[in-house]
Amino acid sequence: MAIKKIAFIVEKLPYKSETSRLALTHAIASQTVEIHLEDGDNVEPVLAFVGDGVLNCLKNQKALEIYGVSSLESHVKNALLLDLRVLVCKEDLEGFGLTEDSIVMDAEEIGGEVTTQVVPYEEIQQDLESADHLMFF
Amino acid sequence: MGKITIGCFSSLVGSMSLDFAIKFSDAAVKKGHEVDLWLSGNGTMLGKKGQSKFRDYSYLMDTVMELINSGKFKITNCEACAKARGIGREDTVEGFGVASMDWYLASAFSTDRILHIGGE
Repeated sequence: MAIKKIAFIVEKLPYKSETSRLALTHAIASQTVEIHLEDGDNVEPVLAFVGDGVLNCLKNQKALEIYGVSSLESHVKNALLLDLRVLVCKEDLEGFGLTEDSIVMDAEEIGGEVTTQVVPYEEIQQDLESADHLMFF
Repeated sequence: MGKITIGCFSSLVGSMSLDFAIKFSDAAVKKGHEVDLWLSGNGTMLGKKGQSKFRDYSYLMDTVMELINSGKFKITNCEACAKARGIGREDTVEGFGVASMDWYLASAFSTDRILHIGGE
């Protein structure tokens, strides 16, 4: 029985490419990975938004109306709904003049119980150091 | 010998990342390692049937087939990413797996090293 921690680090802008969306969908896929593993084994995902990647978490995205695709905002909410650990770099958020009010902090309206954590990069670094594998998107 | 998991999200034509991923896989398999290669996003076009070998356009299928035949190499397309691009199972080269994203995470679970090549 083992748990492997995988950190998904999102550093790319939303919508410029599909990279950040794939980060979220792969992280969310951790919810069904057990079907491929031995009993008791599992994957523990952590999602960390750093650099330009913090913009993926902005509120009030209009991707569905403008591009006809699900917004990154809705993917972040789905991640929270599934109790994924979602970290946003405090320094990078502030660098864009943004605050917690500007980004998705919870998914209460769809039944989510966990919240986004805006943390100093030092804390994200600790998560990266404790992860078994890192995936940069 | 170890196991290496590679995730590649870049297109066959228009980027050299897939070329690198296949060359790296080839080197690893020749050293005796096992390699799992996960293709997502535009990377799924590597598995499309009917590719042509034109000069100056990347063509990796010969090497890919040699790798598959080695028995030490698994290559799998993201089903949703491929289908979204019009590449169904019937359009996919024999020997390629087709799976959902959790296949990649399961491979990551049991691997010694991950080389993740994101999209451009």
